[in-house]
Amino acid sequence: MSTTAFLTDSTLCIGCKACEVACKEWNEVSADGFDWSGLSYDNTGALGHSTWRHVKFVEGTPQPGLGGNAGDFMSWEFSSDVCKHCEVAGCLEACPTGSIVRTEFGGVYVQPDICNGCAYCVVSCPFGVIQRNPEDGRAFKCTFCYDRQKVGLEPACAKACPTESIKFGPLEELQLRSQERLKELQSRGMADAQIYNPTHTSVEGLHAFFIVRGDPGQYNLPPNPEVPTAYLKDGWRSAALGAGALLVGSLLAFLTSRGQRRSRR
Amino acid sequence: MSTKSNQRSGALSKSSAEPRQASESRLLQLRREAELHGHVKGIGVQPPGAPFPKASPQSGYYGVPLLKQPQWKWEIPVYFFVGGAAGASSVIGLTANLAGADEKIVRDCRYIAAGGGLLSTALLIADLGRPARFLNMLRVFKHQSPMSVGAWTLAAFGTFSGAAAFAQFVQDRLNIAPVRVMSGMAEGLSALFGMPLSNYTGVLIGATAIPVWNENVKQLPLHFGASGLNSAVSILELLGSDGSRALNLLGLLASAYETYEGMHLESQNKRVLRPLKRGVSGWITRTGGALSGPAPLLLRLLAGSSGSDRSRQLRRMAAIASLAGSLLTRIGWLQAGQASAADWRLPLEIEEAGSERPELPSKRAA
Repeated sequence: MSTTAFLTDSTLCIGCKACEVACKEWNEVSADGFDWSGLSYDNTGALGHSTWRHVKFVEGTPQPGLGGNAGDFMSWEFSSDVCKHCEVAGCLEACPTGSIVRTEFGGVYVQPDICNGCAYCVVSCPFGVIQRNPEDGRAFKCTFCYDRQKVGLEPACAKACPTESIKFGPLEELQLRSQERLKELQSRGMADAQIYNPTHTSVEGLHAFFIVRGDPGQYNLPPNPEVPTAYLKDGWRSAALGAGALLVGSLLAFLTSRGQRRSRR
Repeated sequence: MSTKSNQRSGALSKSSAEPRQASESRLLQLRREAELHGHVKGIGVQPPGAPFPKASPQSGYYGVPLLKQPQWKWEIPVYFFVGGAAGASSVIGLTANLAGADEKIVRDCRYIAAGGGLLSTALLIADLGRPARFLNMLRVFKHQSPMSVGAWTLAAFGTFSGAAAFAQFVQDRLNIAPVRVMSGMAEGLSALFGMPLSNYTGVLIGATAIPVWNENVKQLPLHFGASGLNSAVSILELLGSDGSRALNLLGLLASAYETYEGMHLESQNKRVLRPLKRGVSGWITRTGGALSGPAPLLLRLLAGSSGSDRSRQLRRMAAIASLAGSLLTRIGWLQAGQASAADWRLPLEIEEAGSERPELPSKRAA
């Protein structure tokens, strides 16, 4: 089985939210209310237990010439966010039950029949993707349409995307295509286009990466995401030190107080 | 789409009491232009004060938090408190036994450890989203997951501390050599797992994506360990061992470390530490710090371990302060995690409004 990936090219996204709908329909994810956020056309808010694809609407200040807009129009970017399926995944490392596994397609998958809802993955995801469903009790996130991939189909969101903003295919091929696409965009004057795929941190790259325009921070993509296992060494070293101090300190305290032994009660 | 714009203008008219002259005339202009040409050129209307948030490198994604808030409920901080005390008391019990100290301390320690182990397990199971599946925790062992290490540690600790307590129960009625050997072995094993149990919770929250926790990953195990020792000593004293010099010494050590930890946190002025100093979480942490650090330190220094009534009274006061402080410390740290996850600027490495965004590494290409 080859390792598959998503390349979400936000320069092609038209903000139709078909991916959000297709994902919910295929995976039978519950609705999450009709709340108006006031944040452009984004009334979804963020990825979560009931949102596995999320289209972001980034309204920027007017920039002359940006994307062919008239000078006084604001810039308006759309980008469909999804679980990044990290090369080294915080949720997978943290999961104490082994419910979260890496599939033969390289995706990170939560086995719903094993998850016991300890919620440790929630605080271990540097992208804030996975969440415990308070009603169901288990944690949920994008499955990379594992069921569809199993039978050779592409994920529902990629299938539904009308502009091929969401591309699905072999990881290496999409990495090459993203480089080509970036060159093309830059040759067309979009100097601010860039690939978001943090290979420089402990996450070591994503299986769902993005082409965005402008600062990735505007799309809530962190510049330096770290897998929490990176902090383990420091933590356990202190814990060992603390445990040793407790044992030795306690022993010394009782040994030095020996004279007082059985003097009372 | 029309529903959406209706909803939006409804929200707008609520927030801005009076329509502005300029925006009203611009609206008329736009309507006329649309009627005449079928399309509109130029920018629309943005009345002052209306909610038109802009995304920018300074505002992130409209200030929507990027990280998810911890979803643990009240059981987890209480578990941190109970587990810490139980783990530390098993170690105190073993060392007291090895040093030939008061039998009462050894006996109390075994019962506290067993009770705490049982209560800890119950609390952890209660916090699960699917409590019936708690045994899945023992399905695999993952050294890279502090939650897995902790579950196994607690399982082993619960078993051995329970065995030690049962052996103690038998030993009190039938004090023969085989029972003493068994109880000693169980006690040793329970202390072996009690050591990590007393402070692994610091690693558990330190090795996460929550900024205020992972910033303190080096201090947290020592901090929580000292807090656990403090509460174990306090429980023993309240159970009547308030004349033991060794326990007062340990209480002094723990509260001295807690005082140092509090000063260490207060002396740093980092944005990431703000939830430990401001807001509800800040005041819980600070109150917890004062009650488990300087307050018992002072009381214990005053008390000494003379065994006089006054000394015992002061030590009991120190013990109560330490217990309250230890519990508040854990609650405060978990609350601080909530506040930290809601701080959208931290993971995006955005400075406070007004200051420039710091230079970021530009090695983002695939």
